Amino acid sequence: MAGQTMIEKILARGAGLEQVNPGQLINVKVDLALGNDITAPVAIKEFLRLGLDRVFDPEKIVLVPDHFTPNRDIAAAEQARQLRSFAEKYGIVHYYEVGRMGVEHALLPEQGLVWPGAIIIGADSHTCTYGALGAFATGVGSTDLAAAMALGEAWFKVPSTIKFEYQGKLPPWVGGKDLILHTIGRIGVDGARYCAMEFGGEAIAQLSMDGRMTMTNMAIEAGGKCGYMEPDQKTLEYLKGRVKREFELYYSDEDARYEKIYRFEVSDLEPQVAFPPSPDNVHPVREAAGIQLDQVVIGSCTNGRLEDLQVAATLLKGRQVHPRVRLLVIPATQQIYREALKQGLLEIFVEAGAAVCTPTCGPCLGGHMGILARGEKALATTNRNFVGRMGHPESEVYLCGPAVAAASAVAGTIVDPREVLD
Amino acid sequence: MILEGRVHLFGHNVDTDAIIPARYLSAVTAEELAPFCMTDIRPGFADAVQQGDIIVAGKNFGCGSSREHAPLAIKGTGIACVVAHSFARIFYRNAINIGLPILECGEDLTGIMVPEERIRVDLERGEILQLSSGRRFYGAPFPEFMQEIIRSGGLIEYVRRRLEEAPSQE
Repeated sequence: MAGQTMIEKILARGAGLEQVNPGQLINVKVDLALGNDITAPVAIKEFLRLGLDRVFDPEKIVLVPDHFTPNRDIAAAEQARQLRSFAEKYGIVHYYEVGRMGVEHALLPEQGLVWPGAIIIGADSHTCTYGALGAFATGVGSTDLAAAMALGEAWFKVPSTIKFEYQGKLPPWVGGKDLILHTIGRIGVDGARYCAMEFGGEAIAQLSMDGRMTMTNMAIEAGGKCGYMEPDQKTLEYLKGRVKREFELYYSDEDARYEKIYRFEVSDLEPQVAFPPSPDNVHPVREAAGIQLDQVVIGSCTNGRLEDLQVAATLLKGRQVHPRVRLLVIPATQQIYREALKQGLLEIFVEAGAAVCTPTCGPCLGGHMGILARGEKALATTNRNFVGRMGHPESEVYLCGPAVAAASAVAGTIVDPREVLD
Repeated sequence: MILEGRVHLFGHNVDTDAIIPARYLSAVTAEELAPFCMTDIRPGFADAVQQGDIIVAGKNFGCGSSREHAPLAIKGTGIACVVAHSFARIFYRNAINIGLPILECGEDLTGIMVPEERIRVDLERGEILQLSSGRRFYGAPFPEFMQEIIRSGGLIEYVRRRLEEAPSQE
């Protein structure tokens, strides 16, 4: 029997098979199915067509109104109400209301809903985030979610796996976001299309769980079906006190089959910036130096976690946001918000002249809370910079990590964070 | 199924924010979404589509978000089929699940076809015929499993059948 990757082993378990092979079509039992206020209403509409009086398992469905909430307008309010009513009617256990919720992909791991070996589908492309905890997690559409809510199953083509190895020690102010942007810049937005992306090596071992989730979050930006790290001591520490159930740890075999292996030496990696209009248009920060900004956003399922806020606060402490710049800081979950409050981070942001917002996807997808006008430029710790992503089709979004974002908010132009500190 | 229609030509990496910008995602039906399809990258696209037209695109069509609103919006404009060199995976499964015919063509047609020319697409055989030149191009036909979903009329009908076969899941 040929060696198996972590993902192949998890999918084999879900399909009830000894072994699965890349390219094989399988039907798997899902451990969790997720929807939000944009994708779930479409799923609910499809689910209702089936005329069922119950979902497959009310404990295994998660509904999070996070995209256009707090409700941006009447239409969004109606969508959010559909989620709420559905959750009530079908007894959905994991429904999270505004004020107690968070951006879904920061929320689920935090709440202990993700465990190693789990099979999770979400009607949101960034569901791939949960691979950082050693799970198989992938984005699907609303109809897939509807089918999973009914049957507890989903069909997949077993992906082939590409391995990414990062050797060396990350320099100060360089983190998970820089690693993943650098990777996407190298392989392109379809460089891992349909594939699983396995991230490993010394530099990954050094990364915190927050940094790892930033990386797996953006697997989709390379076209990946999922991204993952094999669980280690840090994973287990993160899971302690969060995940109550028993779980099995899966690892890739020594002789597992990889379609390709990329190796990166990262000891000299500079902070990275993705230029519009594509996440693979990646340059070292010095090539972006001097680009004048109107708005900076620190938040999202990519970089709205506590470590991201700590990095930003270190740079913003005792400094002022540039008079021309609007800085939005959006803690990704209510718990992160509360922790940032306790640690004094929010005070630092407010004192610096930033607007601190309640958890929402909001500006990341041009939903609300920070839409760009024609010709405006934003620098954001989010994940996509397509045409019109944050507002007007003639506005522009540059992507980066929290250090570059915070430093640039002070400078008013894109800068290397090391320059602000000097 | 054989489809014949006028070509609307797109390049590589057409993302779902381009297909349907997020600001229109409060709508849920194909009809509501259609007027805004491609509006940021090709204003007036929805009006220019005649029922039965065909999108021809390069690689990685539909990359980005999981929004099913993207294939729904395309379907709503009257586009009968999308032919691309490759599709992003979530768009691919969404299109199958909602019944928007798509075909992955082994050859990149973006440099071969021109806007508004007429082509004929044979979905079962995975064949694309350029009517002006008589040239034929081939794509991979769907695996049996997906054909079953398509034959059922989309994933929901397929699930309905499964539920009828096994009314008790216990």
